[in-house]
Amino acid sequence: MTPDRLDATFAALADPTRRAILARLASGEASVMELAEPFAMSQPAISKHLKVLERAGLISRGRDAQRRPRRLEAKPLAEATDWLERYRRVLESNFQRLDALLDQMKFEEKKRGRTKRHGKTPIARRKHQ
Amino acid sequence: MSSGTLKVTTRGDREIVMTRVLDAPRRLVFDAFTKPELVKRWLLGPPGWSMPVCEIDLRVGGSYRYVWRHVNGNEMGMGGVYREIVAPERIVATEKFDESWYPGEAVGTLMLVEQDGKTTITQTVLYESREARDGVLKSPMESGVAAGYDRMAELLASQMQKEARES
Repeated sequence: MTPDRLDATFAALADPTRRAILARLASGEASVMELAEPFAMSQPAISKHLKVLERAGLISRGRDAQRRPRRLEAKPLAEATDWLERYRRVLESNFQRLDALLDQMKFEEKKRGRTKRHGKTPIARRKHQ
Repeated sequence: MSSGTLKVTTRGDREIVMTRVLDAPRRLVFDAFTKPELVKRWLLGPPGWSMPVCEIDLRVGGSYRYVWRHVNGNEMGMGGVYREIVAPERIVATEKFDESWYPGEAVGTLMLVEQDGKTTITQTVLYESREARDGVLKSPMESGVAAGYDRMAELLASQMQKEARES
């Protein structure tokens, strides 16, 4: 997926009305009129949202020329959610690596501490200098 | 051991705040954030990325530069200048990505608070404008945003199953 396409997908998903439209389409295709029904919005306003979704490749038009039903295009959404989840994990995976590193640093510090305590003789101290 | 998950919130119009508890005293955490040989071992991102460049001139007015490289050859760089350093409790530095997806320069503050041998770190990023901050949030950094999309993913999964059954 190209970054432009991903931008368009995320921009399209950033609006609650458009997410609701996608949710509605997830249960099957619907005409513009059917899609406008649950919203307190004019048909042109809904059409505008549909255009954004269409441009992002998230919906397409069905074959029925009369109703021109819209339907969900699964692939870009799957790619976007996939990417999202990977991205969300990135920060946490950094911190998990940091956890492991800090464990190791603590262990090494303790080890050094022990040698210091045991190294009371000048010879032993020299060894670790 | 894992010390708790990352929390991401917003504050005011222009800030993103992340907190995480780490099971170590803060002088070690401070080292892990400021010594290049240590930073390179954890600040890596997703699998496939390494950090070939990590330069840190830890003094007020000094700069830092990070470059990550993917096995496929892609590179991503960022850097900035230190504005305030109070070891081991506080660092303030500017930050800017080479190919930034938000306008302007941001200012990052790292705070380390130690209690009972554990350190709570708070990373705050202050953006130049609300638009820049929200642009970053629209990228999926904030898990709350991601949670909204998770619901979409569920719907999508059921839709794809339905399609598979029909075809």
